[in-house]
Amino acid sequence: MTQTRRQFVGHGLAVAAAFFGLPHLASAAQVEEALNAFTGGADMADDGITLIAPEIAENGNTVPIEVSAPGAEAIMLLAAGNPQADVCTFNFGPAAGSSAASTRIRLAGEQEVIAIARMPDGSFKQARQNVRVTIGGCGG
Amino acid sequence: MAENVTPRVRVPRDATVGEVVSVRTLISHQMESGQRRGSDGELIPRSIINRFTCEFNGTSVVDVTIEPSVSTNPYFQFDATVNESGTFAFTWYDDDGSVYTDSAEITVA
Repeated sequence: MTQTRRQFVGHGLAVAAAFFGLPHLASAAQVEEALNAFTGGADMADDGITLIAPEIAENGNTVPIEVSAPGAEAIMLLAAGNPQADVCTFNFGPAAGSSAASTRIRLAGEQEVIAIARMPDGSFKQARQNVRVTIGGCGG
Repeated sequence: MAENVTPRVRVPRDATVGEVVSVRTLISHQMESGQRRGSDGELIPRSIINRFTCEFNGTSVVDVTIEPSVSTNPYFQFDATVNESGTFAFTWYDDDGSVYTDSAEITVA
């Protein structure tokens, strides 16, 4: 197969980007996969879950996140723009006082943070919030 | 290898029956994500705490699955219902197989 000069340059750039570029960021497919693994592809309601994240995070290495979904048995957090989309999953036991938790997470850059709650009846709820990050938190 | 790993937990000293108390936990850990490159250009291998559990008198309060996106020195805050005096048992599971534990007593009147 013959290559035009333009194709050659394009390929070269793509290869260079693969070698020297930023760490590979999670693709939409990876987010989809993580969602499906948790929900089994079920529909998700948009109410009954609260995700509190800062609109602008100065330091992507520690972004405070708070999530609550009354009655939920498990809550999964996803960061759609991180090299690995999964963040953590809270499984609430019988002694839990509420289905709420706070933690601190890393964000590689401006992206959407997604929280999905699994209810005891098998339904799911989701909340999304966009977070802008001044300094990314994944090295690279 | 994880060094100087110190768990810290904060639980109210006493509570009334059926009260919902707030539990805060922090453990010092570098949570190496496996994405960073060292000065030699090689990827630094992942070394994180991958699971955290809290139990009250043997009953699960919360069981958290942790991925590299959780910050250095993982911090968790959550609520627990206390119906009797007892002990909170906290366990952190490291990638290298280490298990760190801590506990806290609460008096319920």
